[in-house]
Amino acid sequence: MAETKSTNYAIECRGITKSFGSVKANDNINLTLEKGEILALLGENGSGKTTLMNMISGIYHPDQGTILVNGEEAVINSPTDAMNFGIGMIHQHFKLVEVFNAMDNIVLGTKEKRRKPKVLKQEIVELSRKFGLEINPEQKVYNMSVSEKQTVEIMKALYRGANVLILDEPTAVLTPQETEKLFEILRKMRDQGRSIIIITHKLNEVMAVSDRVVILRKGEYIDTVKTSETSVTELTELMVGRPISLEIERLEVDRGDKLLEVVDLTVYREDGTKAIDDVRFDIFRGEILGVAGIAGSGQKELCETIAGLMRPKKGAILYEKENIIGKSPKEIIDLGIHMSFVPEDRLGMGLVASMGMTDNMLLKSYNKNKGIFVDKKPAKKLAQDLIGKLEIRTPGTETPVRHLSGGNVQKVLLGREIESSPNLLITAYPVRGLDINSSYVIYDLLNEQKKKNVAIIFIGEDLDVLLELSDRIMVLCHGEVTGIVAAAETTKEEIGLMMTDSVRGEAEAHG
Amino acid sequence: MEMVIKFIAAAVISGTPLLYGTVGEILNEKSGHLNLGVEGMMSMGAVSGFMVGYYSDSFLLSLIAAFLGGAVGAAIYAVLTVTFMADQNVTGLTLTIFGIGLGNFLGLYYLGLSESGTLKLPEKITGQMRSINIEGLSNLPVVGKLLFSYNPFVYLGIVIAIVLWWYLKKTKTGLSLRAIGENPSAADAAGIRVTKLKYINIILGGGICGIGGVYCAMIINNGVWISNSVGGFGWIAVALVIFAAWSPVRAIFGSFVFGAFNILRYYVPSVGIPEAFYDMLPFLVTALVLIVTSIRQSKENSQPAGCGINYFREDR
Repeated sequence: MAETKSTNYAIECRGITKSFGSVKANDNINLTLEKGEILALLGENGSGKTTLMNMISGIYHPDQGTILVNGEEAVINSPTDAMNFGIGMIHQHFKLVEVFNAMDNIVLGTKEKRRKPKVLKQEIVELSRKFGLEINPEQKVYNMSVSEKQTVEIMKALYRGANVLILDEPTAVLTPQETEKLFEILRKMRDQGRSIIIITHKLNEVMAVSDRVVILRKGEYIDTVKTSETSVTELTELMVGRPISLEIERLEVDRGDKLLEVVDLTVYREDGTKAIDDVRFDIFRGEILGVAGIAGSGQKELCETIAGLMRPKKGAILYEKENIIGKSPKEIIDLGIHMSFVPEDRLGMGLVASMGMTDNMLLKSYNKNKGIFVDKKPAKKLAQDLIGKLEIRTPGTETPVRHLSGGNVQKVLLGREIESSPNLLITAYPVRGLDINSSYVIYDLLNEQKKKNVAIIFIGEDLDVLLELSDRIMVLCHGEVTGIVAAAETTKEEIGLMMTDSVRGEAEAHG
Repeated sequence: MEMVIKFIAAAVISGTPLLYGTVGEILNEKSGHLNLGVEGMMSMGAVSGFMVGYYSDSFLLSLIAAFLGGAVGAAIYAVLTVTFMADQNVTGLTLTIFGIGLGNFLGLYYLGLSESGTLKLPEKITGQMRSINIEGLSNLPVVGKLLFSYNPFVYLGIVIAIVLWWYLKKTKTGLSLRAIGENPSAADAAGIRVTKLKYINIILGGGICGIGGVYCAMIINNGVWISNSVGGFGWIAVALVIFAAWSPVRAIFGSFVFGAFNILRYYVPSVGIPEAFYDMLPFLVTALVLIVTSIRQSKENSQPAGCGINYFREDR
């Protein structure tokens, strides 16, 4: 890494253009990354952020334009080339081998001789300490939480001597605490002279961590601004192209009858651990019940138990005073209970990735067809309606949904559940990783359902949103309900405390 | 007692082609390619190895030709699935049909050339196929018969299996290969040359299958050329991969167990069970094994996660 020319730029992109078929993903984009800075790359879904970064990291080739590394023109043909230039990228979908441990994933593909595990382990631990990362080199990836997997990815890049680190939406799946920890690590790296590009559309994070911001919109370069000289409002406007309000409206709807009552519900996971512990709550028509909690506190199991996918050990779920435990998922759907769960990898549940929108709509409605043949017309019409109504960006109703970007997939999923006119809608992480505009479309959708007297269980991770949107908030901690509070009368701090309070208690109990 | 020892020794001899097929297929699957063409690759190895041996009188040339025969089959498969991303299942099945057909076709052609109407390997080669005889070891009671009384193929197969186990488990290239089989995009992002390693290992695996093929022609068929010379061993090998839980060392044990099923008929007193039952037995056990192993779930001992899916870098 000899510096031949003195330049302040670790990376410079000049006039980068890249097309996929007829779609211009990047159109004449300029970007500079200074040494020792954190640069935020801001833009909505489909604005070309990831495409641009993929070209810097050697996954794609630019059709036009040049990339300069340390002031010299660089031809980056593969991830290996990028690594040789000291560029490491942490992808949104982690590129890790699940059955390997952290250590094997970190050394994978490096040129050095294979060393004794003991020596290697020591080396990795030392490197991780330098930046304040916590890692267990011998843990298998499939046993790791999302944030631990991310740590392995970061270690992978550092181990290969990355001077430039690109992170693609690193906080999309992290809790507020994990995010703060990550930012602390990024700042430490910056202070040690490394350069960091962070792709995001969360404005408060841009403000919190970055030094400068590059804004892209629909594949075009819009502007570069200094974080200290800008504001959330200005950034929003640059990103969306028009001023938009960041207020979420809490509709005042007269709440109706009690629709669902959960009594003393206890559920065990397949591995025998307790997922839900004596949970008791109720929900009324025309109400949004927010569910807060650290990831893995029993949210998923709660959803699945109500939807009939998991059997509880004890307790009852009374739906209009009738116990629905023991009913099949289909019977429960027929009662009007619909669930949309957006898992961490976004595509895992609810939709068939290789089928188009039409077929995915059919999944829930084909039973209602008479005779042995499937009538595709209503499903196709529904798909087209959804595309128009939710502004879903897709080439057509028959394009496999896995080719859609994350936000659009989520709109398809939620749209389908809402169109089946539910009485109770359970939605988990519906805005996970979505940009501002799409998130607000989804909040509006939920409010619209509330107006129609639907009871909504909204499981979320962004406490600000939960506080603004919900009527009441239930806090889960290790499968227990630590409190149910009126959203208008509580604070973020109070909820945060309920999310972690008993965690501390339990840590003590375990010694 | 003597009967039992004889039975075990016979099982090893009968199971050896399975060992080659299984180990070759493991290498394919570890590269992320479910290659159903094992039977075809074995057939191609059988015919090339047999014919080269027949005309050259050289055991070594025959062995090399068998390896190349299987490797050519695997190379066709690799070009179609790795480079052109054809469906792996369809390509593998087609390779089986092609390989068996090619073997039979060439066999008939050379039979036509022979004056006696049969093709039998010369004594110079079959002589080398006989069981080894190590002074002082092979004559030992029990142990001698069980460990030191086989033809060279058996030992070669075991050595190949152990070397491959070591290669997969202990070397850097092995680590890279396993990463490719599990998650090619992760391997790619880590700077591993995915396509190159896939080609090398698929072709190597095919070559190993080819040696298993010529074993069938030389030993199972007693050095006389017959059509369909591999006779279904390739299919059992595909299933044995699952039985061996993708470990070349466990494949040694697995193939000898299945070898035992193959020869069971000669060692049980006939109590009116029809011959056809014994023909069916290995396949029946294969089916049972598939059911049992599909229940067992362990992440490390299961099929590589990327197996069966072609990798295209720019796909999402």
